[in-house]
Amino acid sequence: MEYLLLVLVIPLLGGLVLALCGHRDYAPEVNVGVSLCTLVAAGLLTSHIIDGGPILVLDRQFLVDPLNVFLIALTALVGFTTSVFSRPYMRVERDRGKMSPKRMRLYHSMYQMFIFTMLVALSTNNLGILWVAMEAATLTTVLLVSVYRTAASLEAAWKYFILCGVGIAQALLGTILLYLAADKVIGAGGGALLWTNLDAVKTMLEPNVMALAFVFLLLGYGTKVGLVPVHNWLPDAHAEGPTPISAVLSGLLLNVALYAVLRCKMLADGALQNQLPGRLMIGFGLLSVVAAVFFLARQKDVKRMFAYSSIEHMGLMTFAFGLGGPVANFAGLLHMTVHSLIKSAIFFAVGHATQKAGTQLMANIRGVLKLSPTVGWGMLLGTLAILGMPPFGVFASEFLIITTAMRYLPWATPLLLVALGVAFAVIFVRVQEMVFGDSELKPLEHSPALLPVFVHLGLGLMLGLYIPPYLVGWYQQAATMIGG
Amino acid sequence: MSWSGLFSQLLEIAVALLLAPLLTGWVNQCRAWLQNKSAPSLMLQYRMLRKLFHKESVVAEHASPLFRAAPYIVFGCMALASGIIPTLSTDLPLSPAADAIALVGLFAFARVFISLAAMDIGTAFGTMGARREMLIGFLAEPALLMVLFSASLITQSTSLTGIVETLAHGKFTIYPSMAFAGVAFTLVSLAENARVPVDNPSTHLELTMIHEALILEYSGRHLALIEWAGSLKMFAYSCIGLALFFPWGMAEVDAPGATILALPVLVFKLAIGGALLALIETVSAKMRIFRVPEFLATAFMLAVIGMLVHFLPGA
Amino acid sequence: MMMQAYLIQSINLFASALLLLSFAMLSQRRILTLIHLFTLQGAALVAATVVVAYVTDQHHLYYSAAITLVTKVFVIPLLLHRLIDRLNIKWDVETLINIPTTMLIGILLVVFAFNLALPIVKLSSSIAHSTLGIALACVLLSFMMMITRAKAVPQVIGFLSMENGLFFAATAATYGMPMVVEFGIAFDVLVGVFILGVFMFQIREQFDSLDIRHLEKLKDD
Repeated sequence: MEYLLLVLVIPLLGGLVLALCGHRDYAPEVNVGVSLCTLVAAGLLTSHIIDGGPILVLDRQFLVDPLNVFLIALTALVGFTTSVFSRPYMRVERDRGKMSPKRMRLYHSMYQMFIFTMLVALSTNNLGILWVAMEAATLTTVLLVSVYRTAASLEAAWKYFILCGVGIAQALLGTILLYLAADKVIGAGGGALLWTNLDAVKTMLEPNVMALAFVFLLLGYGTKVGLVPVHNWLPDAHAEGPTPISAVLSGLLLNVALYAVLRCKMLADGALQNQLPGRLMIGFGLLSVVAAVFFLARQKDVKRMFAYSSIEHMGLMTFAFGLGGPVANFAGLLHMTVHSLIKSAIFFAVGHATQKAGTQLMANIRGVLKLSPTVGWGMLLGTLAILGMPPFGVFASEFLIITTAMRYLPWATPLLLVALGVAFAVIFVRVQEMVFGDSELKPLEHSPALLPVFVHLGLGLMLGLYIPPYLVGWYQQAATMIGG
Repeated sequence: MSWSGLFSQLLEIAVALLLAPLLTGWVNQCRAWLQNKSAPSLMLQYRMLRKLFHKESVVAEHASPLFRAAPYIVFGCMALASGIIPTLSTDLPLSPAADAIALVGLFAFARVFISLAAMDIGTAFGTMGARREMLIGFLAEPALLMVLFSASLITQSTSLTGIVETLAHGKFTIYPSMAFAGVAFTLVSLAENARVPVDNPSTHLELTMIHEALILEYSGRHLALIEWAGSLKMFAYSCIGLALFFPWGMAEVDAPGATILALPVLVFKLAIGGALLALIETVSAKMRIFRVPEFLATAFMLAVIGMLVHFLPGA
Repeated sequence: MMMQAYLIQSINLFASALLLLSFAMLSQRRILTLIHLFTLQGAALVAATVVVAYVTDQHHLYYSAAITLVTKVFVIPLLLHRLIDRLNIKWDVETLINIPTTMLIGILLVVFAFNLALPIVKLSSSIAHSTLGIALACVLLSFMMMITRAKAVPQVIGFLSMENGLFFAATAATYGMPMVVEFGIAFDVLVGVFILGVFMFQIREQFDSLDIRHLEKLKDD
């Protein structure tokens, strides 16, 4: 319980402190320090959960179980590495006059608040608070996406706010319906929104209302996951915000939204006793994978291209969780982890490359390898990893997903394979053009932080070759919990 | 038909004929007050009618008999309409002759004749006015029908007296659908009676007038009849509004004495209604003619929603 | 008992007023009137909530009514008024579809919402359950308002009015959400409005207009 409090309080306090001193020269270091403390606290919490099992604390409002503790650890980890990456990156942006001291303060403060809202969303047991935290996460990221105050970033932020606002309103309607269904069974003692209570009585919930509630929840939180057709905000927000924010959006926020969908699916499965929730997720997932690949091929902006790649991978995870069963769920969780690690690594490398080239247009980025071998190799390896080349972890998870699909949903397999193949061809050709070739650009004034890139890639590689036994146990527990 | 029924029927028509110009005068007076003008006398309408009746009626050379007949037909329609709308009593021998749908038809009948008469002479204004009048009419009638249907759904009757009896003497209930119907009815009445947001009764500006353009060619007793019919129409609409939304205070079948007592109540309700009308006219600006379809479409939509609300699930 | 019946009928009446105001907002061209209508909608919501609270003796509903009163009737309209004063816009509401068509689609949405509400209404035992259809209809109508408006301020008002509809749905179906959640929602909405207000200044600075059709530069090409 103390550890959970620490995990939540550290980023909150960090956000408040940085709201006061975020414009100072040492602010990036404070940001890194706070993120490191969060990571340590999350590590302690994780080991505590592994030893002692799930905890339900603070008047049952917070729950940490195998499903969310691994996401909490992942969030703290990527939050920390991104803060390391953001230190030199944002300094360059400031020196180039794109960030005023006031905006630096906003950026740093909101970064910590964003991490805080995600951690609350992950650890809460109350579906109402989950909603509030998701909405708060939207608000903080809206500020982060618009931090450059350019026409394009304002447009992206406005779209993001309006679309996600509408989406999250659907989720609220879904939550209300869920509460209505639960109220009948649990009664007016409060607690009808507590996930643990709902889970205990899920077979008794009225199926019609639960079906309707799940549709609204899936649409609502699905907007934040970036599922096609409610994905329009995602490429804009990724492309126009600062690159560290693109990394945490892709690597973390989408996961948190998917986590929310999963929690709701577990309840809907119990209440409906049929395939409807799974089928819906399979449909949305497949549509997202296929549509994202089509859009991906038309992109000229490198961050937009990788944003569509995120939609593709989120679609794949949604598909996997839709299939359900221990294997597919295991694969989905593994994919969640490696995608989050590798996609953020790619954004780090791409961030440095675009900063050097001074543009995000792929046609104008050339010779990254010559300019900086580490950034170039980071980009290349990251791209290979995300495209599912063995021995990286994405290969393992995609292999598992596709073999499971072959068994239960044979017609979907060729679709998935074709989509993954096209994505491979397009992204690889584009990245290869950017990485190789000639360039006359000078190196940057602040040496880039490449440690995060290689730490993430290393972890991704490890998960492809060897998953530590406690991690396997952990995934298996979570996969069994999700069920379906 | 009982004697008391006959009595209240005759009384009602007489009251309508007499009170209608007074209502118009009252609205004009209120409007003048609200606009900081010195108000015309309440009796002005009566004096104007008397003056017009004494004047010679000039008719255009090429006018057909239709042109001469139209004022009488219109006046007759309006007088009949005021006869079947319950104002003082629900014991009306005429009321089985026409229900709410027939009432709308009666208004439409009058509209067709006045429009035909306006085109009869062949002047540009008359034709333009007729066109606009028909435009408003074809949009306003369905809306009015929907309003009446909302009330019919509640009371299970299309007869106006039936509606009023159920609404006024049944157990008091708040009907949400009537709130929508009320707003829709207000919009329709403003349009039908050529009041401000749609038409300005006190203007003779070529491009904007609707109702006035129709009757430009009339003079003398014809004009008097048409003006009187206009007042009667407004009186009739006000009484429909009162009957649907504020039906209290009307006499019942077996209480003939109450008919007399209902008169002051009616006058009081009309006075308030007229003042409200003047207020609406003062605070709103006349809209362009192209906006009128939108205005009336809104009224229609509201009336339809009113009906939908009546079928609210579980209510 | 008689009193009780009238109170329940008055809940229906306030619910209808909410729907009526949603339609009025859908058909409104002037921004100032739009804000007035939004304020009125908030007031109707407060009235309905208070009546439900009184009839069912649910004390926490009084608090949520108070939160709504403060945010939706006082603070947010005030913010919006100051916003349009400072931005100097009063007349500019443009619609992408003409208003009669909008209204027609609106009616279809109402029918759809009423049908959607049927299974929920059957489940709910709340005294106001029959108004759930209206709440859903309000949500859908505000949703449509957001889609059909070309300017930023009406879009935001549409968003807020959707929140009103959702709040009413919660009141009608389950006598409101738990207190923590309602506080959270109100807080989020307030912060959201504040951020959007700041945004509008920046959008106007960048584009010299609040027409969100300028915000269509980012395309997939």
